[in-house]
Amino acid sequence: MSQISQMKVSDEVAIEINQMNKWYGSFHVLRDIDLTVNRGERIVICGPSGSGKSTLIRCINALEEHQKGTITVDGTLLSSDLKNIDTIRSEVGMCFQHFNLFPHLTILENCTLAPIWVRKTPKKEAEEIAMHFLEKVKIPEQADKYPGQLSGGQQQRVAIARSLCMKPRIMLFDEPTSALDPEMIAEVLDTMIELAEEGMTMLCVTHEMGFARKVANRVIFMDAGQIVEQNEPEQFFENPQSDRTKLFLSQILGH
Amino acid sequence: MSDTNAQSVAFVRNSEIPASPPPLGETGPVKWMRENLFSGWVNSVMTVIAFLLIARFIMGVFPWFWNGVWDASSIKDCRNIMADAGTAGSACFAVLVDRWDHLLFGFKYPATEYWRPTLAFVLLVVCAMPALFAMYLPRKLLIATALYPFVAYWLIWGGSLWVPVVILGLLAVTAAIYLFIEGLSVSLRQAVAGIVGALSGIGLGYLLYLGAQELWFISGNVSAGEGIVSTVAGFVFMIAAIFTYAFFIPMGIFVGYAIYNSYEDGGLVTIVTTLFSLYALMVYGLGPISAAINSVVPIELEAVASRDMGGYMLCMILGTVCVSLSIPLGVVLALGRQSNMPLIKGVCVVFIEFIRGVPLITLLFVANVMLAYFFPPESSIDLILRVIIMITAFSAAYIAEVIRGGLAALPKGQYEAADSLGLNYTQATRLIILPQALKISIPGIVNVAVGLFKDTTLVSVISMFDIVGMIRGPIQQSTDWISIYWEVYLFAAAVFFVVCYSISQYSQWLERQLQTGHR
Ligand SMILES: Nc1ncnc2c1ncn2[C@@H]1O[C@H](COP(=O)(O)OP(=O)(O)O)[C@@H](O)[C@H]1O
Ligand SMILES: [Mg+2]
Repeated sequence: MSQISQMKVSDEVAIEINQMNKWYGSFHVLRDIDLTVNRGERIVICGPSGSGKSTLIRCINALEEHQKGTITVDGTLLSSDLKNIDTIRSEVGMCFQHFNLFPHLTILENCTLAPIWVRKTPKKEAEEIAMHFLEKVKIPEQADKYPGQLSGGQQQRVAIARSLCMKPRIMLFDEPTSALDPEMIAEVLDTMIELAEEGMTMLCVTHEMGFARKVANRVIFMDAGQIVEQNEPEQFFENPQSDRTKLFLSQILGH
Repeated sequence: MSDTNAQSVAFVRNSEIPASPPPLGETGPVKWMRENLFSGWVNSVMTVIAFLLIARFIMGVFPWFWNGVWDASSIKDCRNIMADAGTAGSACFAVLVDRWDHLLFGFKYPATEYWRPTLAFVLLVVCAMPALFAMYLPRKLLIATALYPFVAYWLIWGGSLWVPVVILGLLAVTAAIYLFIEGLSVSLRQAVAGIVGALSGIGLGYLLYLGAQELWFISGNVSAGEGIVSTVAGFVFMIAAIFTYAFFIPMGIFVGYAIYNSYEDGGLVTIVTTLFSLYALMVYGLGPISAAINSVVPIELEAVASRDMGGYMLCMILGTVCVSLSIPLGVVLALGRQSNMPLIKGVCVVFIEFIRGVPLITLLFVANVMLAYFFPPESSIDLILRVIIMITAFSAAYIAEVIRGGLAALPKGQYEAADSLGLNYTQATRLIILPQALKISIPGIVNVAVGLFKDTTLVSVISMFDIVGMIRGPIQQSTDWISIYWEVYLFAAAVFFVVCYSISQYSQWLERQLQTGHR
């Protein structure tokens, strides 16, 4: 498995962020972010709480608007022009900490909704695709249940399947395992590892360092709205450069 | 992974054991009474007192009820019969028999035509089914629900069949216009939006001008004493008129430009344009077209004027129409209030807050006297329609606030999940947000609906003869039934209770049906 982190990455650029800044009112959340992600890269973002990790990845699918600098996703420049935003969102899948499944729809309906309405896929075909991905995340038998009847780990896997049904070229994960009981974390991480093996471009905010070592080809450390350090996982964990990174790593790995 | 464990680990049960029945000594009425009625001495005393009160009440009311006279021609007649039988002071239900038709249909609806509103009522029950039980009946049946208003209108008001048919036709034309605009390219749609915006701005200014002129004219004609209100109103409107007269063309162009500029995905513009076409088609197309067809193929029922509607029928008409209009209008207002387009948000907030700040009675008086001036003079809008507009506006404002509560209760994550999947605003609202927000809002909406239904009796204060108006006027003031009281109001209470209780039961059932899993 450890070869995943050595898997080849193409030269094609998937996401390019240039001198990006964001404010909440007068609060400067993200400062001069520069980040280039190539197709097939698997990036883990970590950092202390409140450092702007969520905000950063939420800017990539325009859930949050940035005020300065540019973000280019898949060659499309993110602007406040509504048309671009919808195109980008249908290319970029996202998984949230609290799953955010639609509680009034069955698992299958959760998965077919966007393909049917956004991609205009015929219903039958959308259901076949949905069942394919539900099998992939190993819960096809739950298709007719409602989200409220599933465990947290199962819900998160459904959320991943729901995103995959849109056939996204990039996946964003915002702490997908931190709302889960320990025994359910593994099942979600396994699903994500499988996704990485298939060459999906992934940006994961997570504190699962084992996952980072196994899967990431780059780990990014953020603090106070800035990218403080980025490196290959080996280097990042064995040989951190900045004091803040060292402190952070000692805190989460220390005990 | 937890389910693979379930197969491999022996002590994990994967199905629930059925509950076993309780031991016999723990069931039965005696046990229930001991636990619930006589569990302590306080409880026992309360139980005894309550039983005594209930017994006293029943003993008082029952003879009144049981000895009631059902067959008499007047209240005197009634009293004589009771005096002869030695049951003086009992109920005189004969009034219900004697005035049954009036209580149900009012005293002016032609007696030979009672079958029409009756049939309309039966059809209402039948045609509401597909909508009320949508999850169990085929979707196709909803066509019956959609056609019902036209059929009912024709049955109750009569006149030419071609009027509702032409309305349907014009709606179809409007739908075609909608689809046409939807299919246009972005720049063409923007152009359409600009033109329509300008035209509707000019039209609005002109209507306002006409209305103001009319009011001014009227206020000039009434004597100073009684006309003080309308004089002031007329003055205000005159000033408005002068302004709108001078500015309605630039205003129209401004509105047009504003709509052109606020153009985003075009959904709003398309809707505004479509509604504008609909309004124009109805005002200028309906009369001539239906008259023309009717002169060739006349299919008519005896026409009944709105002022001849009355009795419980009037309450049912107002209740059904206003409830079914105010829910969608409430949804639109609630969404508008959340909008981030300042103009739309502002209009919705002002509307909701204004309407909620005014008693319904005031609005009804306005409907009675003033609303006519807001419409072009030649299109004399009839009284029932004016009342419908007011009651609908009133309850829509309340429903909007209920739904706003439902919208606010949705976690932000639902919006974000919908956005992140690439759903646009309309899709996210329709498929994700509204189904959940409306489900949360059901009890509140039903509360407003039940209140609205009972408030329809308020129209009796603007001299409409709904069931309460009938009782207070033609019945209690007739020589035959003078000062009859309990029997008629009890009847009115009973018919309202039946409907309101059914609505409440239906909504509880609906809530149970929509329950999806535990959260
Ligand atoms: N909607 C918001 N309005 C104002 N401040 C916010 C908002 N969302 C997040 N923040 C602030 O921005 C900072 C970064 O938040 P976030 O990106 O969620 O951090 P992380 O995910 O790294 O824990 C935090 O200090 C948080 O309080
Ligand atoms: Mg976060």
